[in-house]
Amino acid sequence: MSGFRLADGGRIDRRTKRTFSFDGKAQWGYAGDSLASALLAQGQMLFGRSFKYHRPRGILGAGVEEPNALVTVDRGPGRMTPNLRAPSVPVHDGLTATSQNRFPSLKTDLIAVNNVFSAFFPAGFYNKTFMWPRAAWEKVYEPIIRRLAGLGDSPTTRDPDHYDATYAHCETLIVGAGPAGIAAALDAAAGGGRVFLIDEQEEIGGGALSDPAQWAWLAEATAKLAAMDNVTVLSRTTAIGHYHQNFVVAAERLTDHLPVGEAHGPREKLWRIRAGEVVLAMGAIERPLVFEGNDVPGVMLASAARTFALRYGVAVGRKIVVMAVHDSGWRDALALQAAGVPITAIVDLRRDIDPALADAARDARIACYPGYAITSVSGSLAVKGATIALAGVGKGQKLDCDAVLMAGGWTPTVHLWSHAKGSLRWDESWGAFLPDKTHENLRCVGACAGAWDFGSGLSVGLLPAPKPLHESKAFVDFQNDVKARDIGLAVQEGFRSIEHIKRYTTNGMATDQGKTSNLNGLQIASDVLSRPVTEIGLTTFRPPYTPQSFGAMLGHHKEALFQPLRKSGIDDWAQAHGAVYENVAQWRRARFFPQGSEDMDAAVARECRMVRSSVGVFDASTLGKIEVVGPDAAEFLNRMYTNPWKSLEPGRCRYGLLLGEHGFIIDDGVSARLAPDRFHLTTTTGGAARVLGMMEDYLQTEWSDLDVWLTSTTEQWAVIAVQGPRARDVIAPLVEGIDLSPEAFPHMAVREGTICGVETRLFRVSFTGELGFEVNVPAEHGRKVWEAIWAEGEKHGAAAYGTETMHVLRAEKGFIIVGQDTDGTVTPDDAGLGWAVGKKKPDFVGKRSLARPDIVAPGRKQLVGLLTDDAQDVLEEGAQIVADPNQPVPMTMIGHVTSSYYSTTLGRSIAMALVAGGRDRMGETLYIPMPGKTISAKVLAPMFYDAEGSRLNG
Amino acid sequence: MLLIHCPYCEEARPEVEFVYGGEAHIARPLDPSTYSDGEWEEFLYIRSNPRGRHHERWRHTHGCGRFFNAVRDTVTDVFETTYKAGEARK
Ligand SMILES: [Zn+2]
Repeated sequence: MSGFRLADGGRIDRRTKRTFSFDGKAQWGYAGDSLASALLAQGQMLFGRSFKYHRPRGILGAGVEEPNALVTVDRGPGRMTPNLRAPSVPVHDGLTATSQNRFPSLKTDLIAVNNVFSAFFPAGFYNKTFMWPRAAWEKVYEPIIRRLAGLGDSPTTRDPDHYDATYAHCETLIVGAGPAGIAAALDAAAGGGRVFLIDEQEEIGGGALSDPAQWAWLAEATAKLAAMDNVTVLSRTTAIGHYHQNFVVAAERLTDHLPVGEAHGPREKLWRIRAGEVVLAMGAIERPLVFEGNDVPGVMLASAARTFALRYGVAVGRKIVVMAVHDSGWRDALALQAAGVPITAIVDLRRDIDPALADAARDARIACYPGYAITSVSGSLAVKGATIALAGVGKGQKLDCDAVLMAGGWTPTVHLWSHAKGSLRWDESWGAFLPDKTHENLRCVGACAGAWDFGSGLSVGLLPAPKPLHESKAFVDFQNDVKARDIGLAVQEGFRSIEHIKRYTTNGMATDQGKTSNLNGLQIASDVLSRPVTEIGLTTFRPPYTPQSFGAMLGHHKEALFQPLRKSGIDDWAQAHGAVYENVAQWRRARFFPQGSEDMDAAVARECRMVRSSVGVFDASTLGKIEVVGPDAAEFLNRMYTNPWKSLEPGRCRYGLLLGEHGFIIDDGVSARLAPDRFHLTTTTGGAARVLGMMEDYLQTEWSDLDVWLTSTTEQWAVIAVQGPRARDVIAPLVEGIDLSPEAFPHMAVREGTICGVETRLFRVSFTGELGFEVNVPAEHGRKVWEAIWAEGEKHGAAAYGTETMHVLRAEKGFIIVGQDTDGTVTPDDAGLGWAVGKKKPDFVGKRSLARPDIVAPGRKQLVGLLTDDAQDVLEEGAQIVADPNQPVPMTMIGHVTSSYYSTTLGRSIAMALVAGGRDRMGETLYIPMPGKTISAKVLAPMFYDAEGSRLNG
Repeated sequence: MLLIHCPYCEEARPEVEFVYGGEAHIARPLDPSTYSDGEWEEFLYIRSNPRGRHHERWRHTHGCGRFFNAVRDTVTDVFETTYKAGEARK
């Protein structure tokens, strides 16, 4: 119980109390307090347990750099946020916060026993354990580690909040509203351009909030900015990343600072800001020092103690020792002493102290120990004392204290500068990297530019100590529990680059991205390697600057707005008739139409029976469609597709096969020539946009001399497939102006006329093997025409069928689905479609590749049919195929099952497969090893039904 | 997000309106059958992948739909220029 509320001072409102709970216990603070300041004022020093060793931990910093005091805030079901930093959580009435990673309670953590066995988690622990036997990892180590190590729990219920998102444009964006940022904003605003000033804290002011001498200026500047129409000031807004061309993404927290009952509207708002100029005024973060016991609760940054005292009116101890290697520690000590925070001693590794500081400390009756270092801290749950020694190795001397402040120098906050690929230069006097060059219109001002007077100091990282490094328990990365000796071990095991040392030790890889640990880790690696810091390098900072909710990143793009859902004009009818849907390339398609208690198998069996015995109706509107028009249309298609097109008569259709230049099938579809200069192309449902893009590419960049126009008409036409022996009888009463007789309208022909009084392009085509028509009508008439066809169909017992039945029927005929029976490595010949390749054509896209050595080599995987020896075994699509089931594991896999169904028509299962040398294996038995059994199957041609095609004519 | 200047629309538009189209100035041979296997492999698969100035194709898919060429620095992602398809390499 060492922290306490000072009698006066701070920016808190002492007339307004706030009540909240921490770990279930009622607590209070003032309006303006952070969770950290309110609890420190109550004497709470213990805030959490560490990641791996469950060591007791207190507050280190007063801002977002805080690595230890991570809390979970519970705002009701689905509103539980873990890993919030206590210094950045404003208190409000009803705030419910709990500490993390402790069991059963903060003070008596049973797992902290683990601390004794800390050798269990040396550097590279994860890498090394991954080398252990897999069974041991899965059954023993991983469960143990999961229980021992970790941060807060992830929420398990749906986030009920919504999140706003917006774009903004401005001439100048300033990130960070401390004195330097505010000055930059005033300067830019005077020019009249649009200015954004954003800051992550509850109020703007940055470092000035902890300096009462600047408060009058701050109030004046804040009022001035607020009065300017061209200035937008956003507090509680974190710039999480800088992206190309001054595109800054920032998250504004709108309601988390309010009591739950007062929080209305979106929880956060994501700003995407494009700025002419970006000014980074992000300040600097003080570095801890690395010494034995530097993680005992009560050991914190000197600048944090200053902020707690001067901004929040809280003293962090009653007998405080400062461990400094930098003038700023002396300045903070003096400011604290003046504010009534009792500083008893300043220990500084430097022998020569600025006389002005030394004199001021003596005048303030602070004991000074120049040339000394702290060698250990006593206390477990709180600081009880510190031992110091001359140069860290002399005779130990005990100092009575309840808090230790560390002043290890300053690290400019260059995160966003690095996001922007700005280069950094090492600055010896700062002992840190400073911004150097950038290609963006971006500059740094104030402390993050190295333009701030914190005084001077050493950059040492590890303090000299009597113990050898490998026995040291001095921590570098508090959040990931990385010790100085872990870095020593990594170097000893051969790691040289900081990128490797970082990953091996996990230094700087926690949620704080090493804000307080990176440079100390680097310095220690440099010392151990006896190489300059600049040769070891700095790890790369990446967005987000601080952890960011997924909700804000998602914004409105969830549920129905996650991605577009495309529906055909007939979709409503399907819904009304009980369709079960599947999504295909953003389209919602009816998969099957169950009747009564039918499951999918029963429904599909019935739908298949009806198509084969009478007639079925299918919504094929999602097929991609492209209108190809112009004098060179036939020439163009001739170059794009493998098939010959110039010879196709108007009124006829052709199955088109499209390859990439690599020679592999990428799309297919039946297309019709309506006139010498006009084609109606169809593509696969998923391939429509891709095919149009590819055709545009050739037309615009390779064959710009061709006079051809391409228009996507996918959504302009509704397509109703009527398939089955009764198909002609169903449409005949509805069609006008088209002679439907087989002689006048043969298979693979197209006719224009009307149906139900609506213009139609009527195709006589079949993807089922039955007599079939595809009725194209303008999309807005689709539902009406569908209903008319359905009414006629019902007279013949028609079934509406979905994509599942379509798949079964086409598989019975061995028709491929591009993307299911092909995978981007299948040539026309592999797929048994060599007949579709125009042998006499001099060229088409992909033709040259069909003569490449690998493409003509024997043994390629070829599409074959498979019939399982047990007719009721339905193979699993994707299952691997072997020739010899008795070979040892790993077996030689010679192919895989691409399509597999139960065929009601045939009363047995059927499958298609890609098998190496497949067409030379006709009649062979192959094997499909599955869990528990091996299925045998015979190879045959992929044609299971009506091989002679007699049914096409009804 | 990049801002890309479409030489047809004559406007800088956000990257989400565009689709990348690979390296530029790789013309399809007029008669691929005259290409040896090695030359065809080169045409199909071998790209310059430079560090620095890269000539590349973009398509203003959600805009005018046109393909055009650009010079982009692969280190900084800064666009030096964009120009219409068919214009000489810059
Ligand atoms: Zn354009």
